[in-house]
Amino acid sequence: MAQLSYREAVSAAISQEMRLDDRVVFIGEDVAAAGGVFKTTEGLQAEFGPVRVRDTPIAEQAILGAAMGAAMTGLRPVAEIMFSDFFAVCWDIVVNQIAKTRFMSAGQCSFPLVIRSANGGGARFGAQHSQSVENWAMAVPGLKVVAPSSPADVKGLLAASIRDPDPVLFFEQKSLYGTKGEVPDGECVEPLGKAKVLREGSDVTIVGLAAMVPKALKAAEILQDKHGISATVIDVRSLVPLDTTTIFESVSATGRLVTVEENPRLCGWGAEVSSLVAEELFWDLEGPIVRVTTPHIPLPSADALEDAVLPSVDRIVENVVRLAD
Amino acid sequence: MSDSSADIRYLRFLKPNGELDKDAPTGSHDPNEIADLFRRMLELRVFDSKAINLQRTGKLGTYPSWYGHEAAQVGVAAAMKKEDVLAPSYREGGVMLCRGVSMAEILLYWGGDERGSDFAVPRDDFPYCVPIATQCLHAAGAAMAFQHRGESRCAVAVNGDGGTSEGAFYEAMNIAGVRKLPVVFVVINNQWAISVPVAAQTSSSTLAHKAIAAGIEGVQADGNDIVAVRHCMREALEKARKGGGPTLVELITYRLGDHTTVDDAGRYRQQDEVDTASDLEPFIRTRKYLASKNIWDTQLEEQFLEQCTNNIEAAVNNYLATPKEAVEQMFNHMYAEMPESLLAQRAHAIHFCDTDKD
Ligand SMILES: Cc1ncc(C[n+]2csc(CCOP(=O)(O)OP(=O)(O)O)c2C)c(N)n1
Ligand SMILES: [Mg+2]
Repeated sequence: MAQLSYREAVSAAISQEMRLDDRVVFIGEDVAAAGGVFKTTEGLQAEFGPVRVRDTPIAEQAILGAAMGAAMTGLRPVAEIMFSDFFAVCWDIVVNQIAKTRFMSAGQCSFPLVIRSANGGGARFGAQHSQSVENWAMAVPGLKVVAPSSPADVKGLLAASIRDPDPVLFFEQKSLYGTKGEVPDGECVEPLGKAKVLREGSDVTIVGLAAMVPKALKAAEILQDKHGISATVIDVRSLVPLDTTTIFESVSATGRLVTVEENPRLCGWGAEVSSLVAEELFWDLEGPIVRVTTPHIPLPSADALEDAVLPSVDRIVENVVRLAD
Repeated sequence: MSDSSADIRYLRFLKPNGELDKDAPTGSHDPNEIADLFRRMLELRVFDSKAINLQRTGKLGTYPSWYGHEAAQVGVAAAMKKEDVLAPSYREGGVMLCRGVSMAEILLYWGGDERGSDFAVPRDDFPYCVPIATQCLHAAGAAMAFQHRGESRCAVAVNGDGGTSEGAFYEAMNIAGVRKLPVVFVVINNQWAISVPVAAQTSSSTLAHKAIAAGIEGVQADGNDIVAVRHCMREALEKARKGGGPTLVELITYRLGDHTTVDDAGRYRQQDEVDTASDLEPFIRTRKYLASKNIWDTQLEEQFLEQCTNNIEAAVNNYLATPKEAVEQMFNHMYAEMPESLLAQRAHAIHFCDTDKD
């Protein structure tokens, strides 16, 4: 086991896969010589050269359109969109093309590609650099959607995403880049579509994603210590496919569900999880399902304001206590 | 990339040695006027380094320095009329300052306060645009509104060299060209887009050439030459005002600083390139020119700098003394009329803020 940062795990996964498969290439803005604006891909160009690791002009449609064409003709591209907010300037390629062309070609075309992007708030970057947009991707049939919370998952899930025959949108939470954790040595691949139970409890199930996971874990500690409430914490990890088995099992046992999402209130991923649980497990529930979200506003850049609107440990605790009462 | 090319005009009047070309356009031979522009440039430079210091001491957020762009910024603003509209990129706050946006507003913006984009003047100018190149389209839209109402106003979009790779840039020139919209697309070619040099951005021999396919005129000027910048902007704006349609103006300069305060350009570019560019930067030649006309010297500069520093200190104090934006403000500015669903969320956010303070 080695200690890696979330940021280092990104290049560890890409380089692992590039060594194993010479069809894997990597493109994006400022990713090669500079190693990424978040320093997630340092050393890749030095190891794999300027043909396999390329800087592109500033043109997101070009990045994703080219990744699509290359995937259709035998490469396995990993493409970076610097900030997930900028999916908005190239969404046609993702939604109308990458996501639909297998369907529209009766399975002839396939898209073994990964689009990585720095997602989410907490870095004081303001409304156009801080959005959590994994719910946009979840709403599009044909995409897989992954958002890891730990360095080990970054490495394992990114490697699996690169090997996957279908297009994966891989959301890295930018406020987690500096966090560290144990990452298994050697080849590391973690299957997609499996949630992970990080803490077992009997009173309530807290379901989180990416940066909300460490907050949910902290909240669970406080709930136990200060309120005598025992919480299960589940890291969803993959929104599509969604591991309903793990979530349902836990909610059946605890009877209570709290989702913690960074998405703005309307149509965040927690709404989908809540609706599934309401449909399937209504009779097992002992109280209303609660969603802790960002309000339905863009994220502000001021630190105090951003802290005020992103789900906090306190807010999770208060919501769970209210539910358990 | 070459400065000159057979089919693209290249303007330079104030040479790096401080000599003003005798062919310089009439109206640029009054050294007092150049001195006025130079004072603005100085003010921008002092403000810029102050802003960097504020970021370094934790009093400002990430900030993109315009170090080296001062002649381009002052020249663009000097050619515009008050009633024109500016659509700036994030780096060109210097143009905004010259248009009348206050220093405190610029600082508020980079300090993370959305009120920094609520300018007291100029009310019609657009806020900073962060998604690269999209402001070019917004400017085309403003020009469409001016044309629609038969107003004699122009829109000016300021974009970077890297920004010329985006589809939005081409689409803006195309729609403006076909409708002869009164808009000027300024490209500040500072040779770098974060870590990517302009040679890795395009194979076009100049960025001004990109105008040709849109059927509009492209022109280049030495962006470190305040006389050339102002002149080619004046020409382009006059043409646009008379119904002659858009122009692409490429201003060639150099980003002397890091991309932003969180960047370290030493990771990807050579110091000797920066040193060469520093010899050509805009202040040296303007200072030499004014000195040759006996209207500028070190003493005058020192006096002016002191005055600048005082003004800037006052703006900084004003910025630092501005009470932080309240949580409810974020909600209040979402819609003209607040939907009921948001009322509840606002109450919730205020509740959690109050708990945090306990
Ligand atoms: C659509 C979009 N893609 C990527 C970015 C990230 N980004 C911010 S600045 C920048 C470089 C821009 O370079 P250039 O246009 O030359 O302007 P300069 O920074 O030199 O002023 C990039 C890629 C962005 N803001 N918007
Ligand atoms: Mg540039």
